[in-house]
Amino acid sequence: MEDGYWLLGRLDWQALPFVRAWRHPSVSEWIGAGAGGLVVIAALAVLVMLTRRKAWRRLWDGWLTSLDHKKIGIMYVVIALVMLTRALIEAVLMRMQQFAAVGDPGFLSPEHFSQLFSTHGTVMIFFMAMPFLTGIINYVMPLQIGARDVSFPLLNSISLMLTAAGAALVMISLVVGQFSTGGWSAYPPYTGIQFSPGVGPDYWIWAVTLSSIASTLSGLNFAVTIYKERAPGMTLFRMPLFCWTTLCTSILMIFAMAPLTVASLMLALDRYAGFHFFTAEAGGNLMNYANLFWLFGHPEVYILILPAFGVYSSVISTYSGKTLYGYKSLVYATLAIAVLSFTVWLHHFFTMGQTANVNAIFGIATMLIGVPTGVKVYDWLLTLLRGRIRFTAPMLFSIMFLVTFVVGGITGVILANPPVDFVVHNSLFLVAHFHNMLIPGLLFGMIAATQHWFPKAFGFRLDETWGKISFWCWAVGFYLAFMPLYALGLMGAMRRTSEWLRPDYSPLMLIALLGALLLFAGFVSLLVQLGVSVRHRDRYRVPVGDPWDGHSLEWATSAPPPEYNFALIPRVEARDAFRQMKRRGIAYARPEAYTDIAMPKNSAVGPIIGLAGAGLGFALTWHIGWLAVLGFSVIVGAVIARSFVRETERLIPAASVREHHERWLDAVAATPRVPRVQELCPSNRGHAEPMA
Amino acid sequence: MSAARYSYVGLNLREQDAQAEHGAQTLIFGFWIFLMADLVVFALLFATYAAMSVHGVADGPAPAELFSLKMPFIETLVLLLSSFTFGMASLALKYSAKRSSLAAWLLVTGVLGAVFVAMEISDFATYISEDQAPPQRSGFLSAYYLLVGTHGVHVVSGLAWLLVLLVQLAVLGRVREVKLRLLRLALFWHMLDVVWVCIFTFVYLFGASA
Amino acid sequence: MSENDLPESELEGRKTERRHYVVGIFWALLLTLAAFALVAADTLPPNPARIAVSILALMQIVVHFRYFLHIDLKQSHRDDLHLILFTALIVFLMAAGTLWILFNLHGRML
Ligand code: HEM
Ligand SMILES: [Cu+2]
Repeated sequence: MEDGYWLLGRLDWQALPFVRAWRHPSVSEWIGAGAGGLVVIAALAVLVMLTRRKAWRRLWDGWLTSLDHKKIGIMYVVIALVMLTRALIEAVLMRMQQFAAVGDPGFLSPEHFSQLFSTHGTVMIFFMAMPFLTGIINYVMPLQIGARDVSFPLLNSISLMLTAAGAALVMISLVVGQFSTGGWSAYPPYTGIQFSPGVGPDYWIWAVTLSSIASTLSGLNFAVTIYKERAPGMTLFRMPLFCWTTLCTSILMIFAMAPLTVASLMLALDRYAGFHFFTAEAGGNLMNYANLFWLFGHPEVYILILPAFGVYSSVISTYSGKTLYGYKSLVYATLAIAVLSFTVWLHHFFTMGQTANVNAIFGIATMLIGVPTGVKVYDWLLTLLRGRIRFTAPMLFSIMFLVTFVVGGITGVILANPPVDFVVHNSLFLVAHFHNMLIPGLLFGMIAATQHWFPKAFGFRLDETWGKISFWCWAVGFYLAFMPLYALGLMGAMRRTSEWLRPDYSPLMLIALLGALLLFAGFVSLLVQLGVSVRHRDRYRVPVGDPWDGHSLEWATSAPPPEYNFALIPRVEARDAFRQMKRRGIAYARPEAYTDIAMPKNSAVGPIIGLAGAGLGFALTWHIGWLAVLGFSVIVGAVIARSFVRETERLIPAASVREHHERWLDAVAATPRVPRVQELCPSNRGHAEPMA
Repeated sequence: MSAARYSYVGLNLREQDAQAEHGAQTLIFGFWIFLMADLVVFALLFATYAAMSVHGVADGPAPAELFSLKMPFIETLVLLLSSFTFGMASLALKYSAKRSSLAAWLLVTGVLGAVFVAMEISDFATYISEDQAPPQRSGFLSAYYLLVGTHGVHVVSGLAWLLVLLVQLAVLGRVREVKLRLLRLALFWHMLDVVWVCIFTFVYLFGASA
Repeated sequence: MSENDLPESELEGRKTERRHYVVGIFWALLLTLAAFALVAADTLPPNPARIAVSILALMQIVVHFRYFLHIDLKQSHRDDLHLILFTALIVFLMAAGTLWILFNLHGRML
């Protein structure tokens, strides 16, 4: 064993991209070093800024240790946006490479290209999509069911911090060592120790494990919250549809993360301890990895898509001024999708060699999912029918979703035919298909959600012009970037390829590149929109809290809502609870009496466990024994220490609740109601004139 | 609500007010969900084992050559007994005001759990040293050690938890938080028995009946 | 032990609940004994023996759920029952599916 192994494990200078770029200069290495440098500089810049503004205390007390579901939700979304930035840059780089690499090696080494698609996929799924939807759920769901918080606020904070730890590991891999080249699915034996002796797959294993533990805990928390914390009268069938999709997503999170954890731990045992789960010798069975991974992977895509379905249900009904058409059928369709999603995983490996009968059965099961999904699409269309539709940014994203998602669904049904799949398996046709599902079915939904709920969370609306600019970039960019890939796939272009030999790919690759650039412009427009809106926030303020004539309870609070959400827990008498209250003139009623409210105290346990988790993951990746022991002990120690703390809540006295609430009610009374035609004018201060 | 007598899984405390009842329900429901997720982990380990114990023997020993019934049988008795003693501890928690009987039953449970773990470790040591059957030998052995080892790790964490709760009983007394934790540990402990029933059946008895 | 610190009304509950655990451990031990004896006696051919011990295991699981985890189809909370049934479904889908797929694949490699 070498000197210093006990201290640094497998770490050495060669792990730094800067050193690699110095020793073997090439464009590819320079891009790697540049990315690493960017991460370091950005991290330093944040640190300096926090120190200069003396914001550490505020960050710690106000955010990191907060157990408020709203703040935790916002932090999740921040993680998602940071990671989205990275993954989008990688996507553009890949498109550039694939365009440049027609009959030419291009500018990225194959190794580097492999890292790009592996990190892009891993980040998009685990550290963009999952935090984004978990954040939106965290913010919105407790408000919608009339609760003060989730059932387990501390657990919520721990989930957040574990997710952050996983994301941090992926970011660290840009600066220390290299990430896996085995794709987001990390199939062995390629990711086994024999073919990937470096630390790449280890980074993948531990980042993903942290994230999947966090997701399991989030799912548990959300499910218990929905079961146990609903306001009086809020029966399951009075819940907004977003809560139903949250419930189903949570159930999927609870049950579907286990196979991933099992698969990645087995892979870890193979790599670290010489076990033979997935090796090609000594009785190992690599096909079981594919089986386990997709036992997780398929439900995962529904974890990603269902919350967006909920968002679209809210958005479409709100901006059509109608209640949701076919509420019950939407609920049953969601439940059916949730159950069916556990019965189709084999369609990801039709080509692995099982008999035609097995393939046929899973193919049919796959096509069956199209039925409940179709029900949903019709319900949304019928909600639009004869509505007084306002084409605001979130609505535009939703309508674009409807159209585009159907296209993706059709290609999905095509792929569900095993014989067809044999032809296009692992080609760019597949890449086009799943982006065609995930971008409308997830990303558009999350963007729509931020546009829709941002004013609730921050008290001012987002700039509509930039929202629309962004929308058109996303919409057009999507078609340009991904429709060519269907054609390329049919022409024989395989996924994960860094160099092409066929000159006729060139034009389509160019279109796809332009599309990717446009998509990136759409993302930049969102950032611009944020900047512009913050700058003009006074013009956009909606303190009363109901800028869109909303239907559900989250709109019955001030914007932003107080920490405890509701001065008095609302009593629910019908579906679309807040809409009913407005119609019956009992919204904004003055409560007769107020009571003290108990809210959870801040806790440092979440950040401590997150930090220790990141340390543990890093230590395992690099075989640094002492750090691993330390990280693990800190986690266990923190949990035990916390269990001795008995004062975990703090009382907000009734008087202060009263004061805050009455001030808001006075503001409501003093604010003129605005009709929908003035929705986007400065006169919209959040007091909606209910539509007839 | 419904006419349910049990408002949550496991032995129910005698709660006086609805607030406390709601708190207990929420905590225990959450923990029960966690156990269900854990069961899925075990289900997958079992499925993997079932396949690998047939296809993954390679040139290592087959289940029938490795397993005998004596140790698993004693281990089963020990674990079953510990479940019963935990049941007695739960009763003491619910009905008796004295700390001593509760602590005594918990201690007995802990000792039985420790005996179980010790026997399992000695099993593993024998397989590895005498039968040349370490987990690195074959896919079947990898799956065996992971499945049975995961159960063992669960028992060890249960023991650690038990220890912490004994300390808390001494330091904090029979406060509500500790009681609710004991209820949850009881569920955990009983659930490990359920998993063990599957292990002795599908691993040892299936192995020995070939 | 501490019978006397209980109100009269609780004595009954305590007695039934203790009986519950005793019945539970009795059945658990009996079923365990039966299963091990069946295999140790080696009277049945492997497959019937396996089916028999599987049934015994299933029965024993029911015993554990009923007597140690206090799950009762009539008296338990609906949410808990739903969760158990759903878990059973998922466990079945995943385990049976895995076995089906892996054995099918294995058959194709012979
Ligand atoms: C928005 C613009 C996006 C662009 C331009 C883009 C582009 C790409 C490209 C070029 C690849 C590699 C294809 C290949 O293997 O040849 C890829 C793979 C992938 N992308 Fe995206 N992507 C985008 C968004 C997303 C989103 C939103 C998600 C998920 C939420 C996502 C998930 C994935 C996954 C899972 C892979 C597969 C990685 C692998 O092969 O292991 N992408 N994407
Ligand atoms: Cu799928």
